[in-house]
Amino acid sequence: MCLEYKGTVRTWRIQRMHRYSFLKVIQHALRGNRTWQPAWRDPVPQSGYDVVVIGGGGHGLATAYYLAKKHGIRRVAVLEKGWIGGGNSGRNTQVCRSNYFYPASSAFYDHSLRLYEHLGRELNFNVMLRQSGLVALAHSEHELELQRRWANAIHMNDVDSHMLTPAQIRKRIPAISLQSRYPIVGGFTQPRAGISRHDAVVWGFARGASALGVDIIQGCEVLGFDLSEGRVRGVQTSRGPIGAERVVMSVAGHSSVVAGMAGIRLPITTMALQAMVTEPIKPVLDATVISAAVHSYVSQSDRGEIVMGGGADVYNSYAQRGGLPIFRATIAATLELFPSFSRLRLMRQWAGAVDVTPDTSPIMGLTPVRNLYINCGFGTGGYKAIPAGGDTMADTVANDRPHPLIRQFGLERFTSGALIDEGAAAGVAH
Amino acid sequence: MLRISCPYCGVRDEPEFVFGGPTHVTRPMGDVSDARWGDYLFNRDNPKGPHHERWLHAYGCGRWFNAVRDTVSHEFLAVYAMGEPKPDLAAPEAGGLR
Repeated sequence: MCLEYKGTVRTWRIQRMHRYSFLKVIQHALRGNRTWQPAWRDPVPQSGYDVVVIGGGGHGLATAYYLAKKHGIRRVAVLEKGWIGGGNSGRNTQVCRSNYFYPASSAFYDHSLRLYEHLGRELNFNVMLRQSGLVALAHSEHELELQRRWANAIHMNDVDSHMLTPAQIRKRIPAISLQSRYPIVGGFTQPRAGISRHDAVVWGFARGASALGVDIIQGCEVLGFDLSEGRVRGVQTSRGPIGAERVVMSVAGHSSVVAGMAGIRLPITTMALQAMVTEPIKPVLDATVISAAVHSYVSQSDRGEIVMGGGADVYNSYAQRGGLPIFRATIAATLELFPSFSRLRLMRQWAGAVDVTPDTSPIMGLTPVRNLYINCGFGTGGYKAIPAGGDTMADTVANDRPHPLIRQFGLERFTSGALIDEGAAAGVAH
Repeated sequence: MLRISCPYCGVRDEPEFVFGGPTHVTRPMGDVSDARWGDYLFNRDNPKGPHHERWLHAYGCGRWFNAVRDTVSHEFLAVYAMGEPKPDLAAPEAGGLR
């Protein structure tokens, strides 16, 4: 298998040409901003690649980026059915956190948060990470007890976390109502958690990957696999056949459909997860607030919108639109916590098709088909895992064995029974 | 808001119902391999299109029933009783229980 890349000079030129800086802003401004190059190339698909990544979401693009950057594999294509940023990478609520219970989850998600902390510099693209912290609320003594256990577990996993009293919560979040229908008796925080700009993350990875020689092919739907002797040889697409030494499936809500084309059954249920934003207002909420009991999470974006989300719609759905009952419940829960938000107008509401596993932990690694790899099952929490998902999957593909951080997240755990039943995964849904 | 036609009560709003997951999932009997058991416990068809599923009219008659619903359009294509075989969606009387 030829993994050597011979286009070093070309790559260097592309990188140099594209590098963003304050000087570039001035130069382009003086030319009336008519001279900016597109952030990534729009190539015609070649007949074959070393690695084909199916799915141009955050995880797929990050996988391609790290394959090129850390493993020198640059004959890589990312095939995207729609457009970059049109799927779940444009439909999430931008929350980055690593407050997980089990050591395996904690190590993986904290690796992701650490990569996020340096991602702006890594990609030469401002991903606008704002580590304003996460506050999880407890509405009863029993919930507070469980949160102490949870916060202690996170602490033992070497991740920052500590308990908060109602007075501390009031001081941290002045707009909150402690005497709501379900009074707030305490909570805990992960100070390093935060939000970033979701479009910037996918655009940054797309631009970075393209500059390293990766072909990002939009409007290219995978229709089937070329399989022989138990291994993958390529994919059939809406733009013709494309040969591939190795193929990565990174398609979130459509994982069952794509894996089904290779004869693989998955323990995944696709559901609609909705979110919504209000009109923009001045800064009022400098934290991500999560309440599992009333079922909502709230933050304020850098543009000033109040971003709200809750549980997933309860039935299977690929529709990418949310139902009215969960929509209403999420708003009702949020207004109990923040009564003053009742005066705000809602601007947009949307949903993404999320891939939920029985233990709410992701499925990452090898598959029964040789040279075919899978990265899915992040359910309602894939955004925070983008950098680590890409980093570990690139390593897994390059070396044909699971990266140490994802060894426990393999598909085989649904045969062995070694589940990672991560109640913290959804944060609100348990 | 889904409008679901309970075969016993007629058309009602979604909040009256509880979703019961896929139907026609048969528990394997006798000695089965870990792979077969894991497949039964965890793996799901999860189709994009018609999905055979169970619903409970929890805040109504309290009875379970089966339905075929499209997971893209959310349209109910047929409703049928528990224990009945999968309906033939091409047949004109599909969804006749309604």
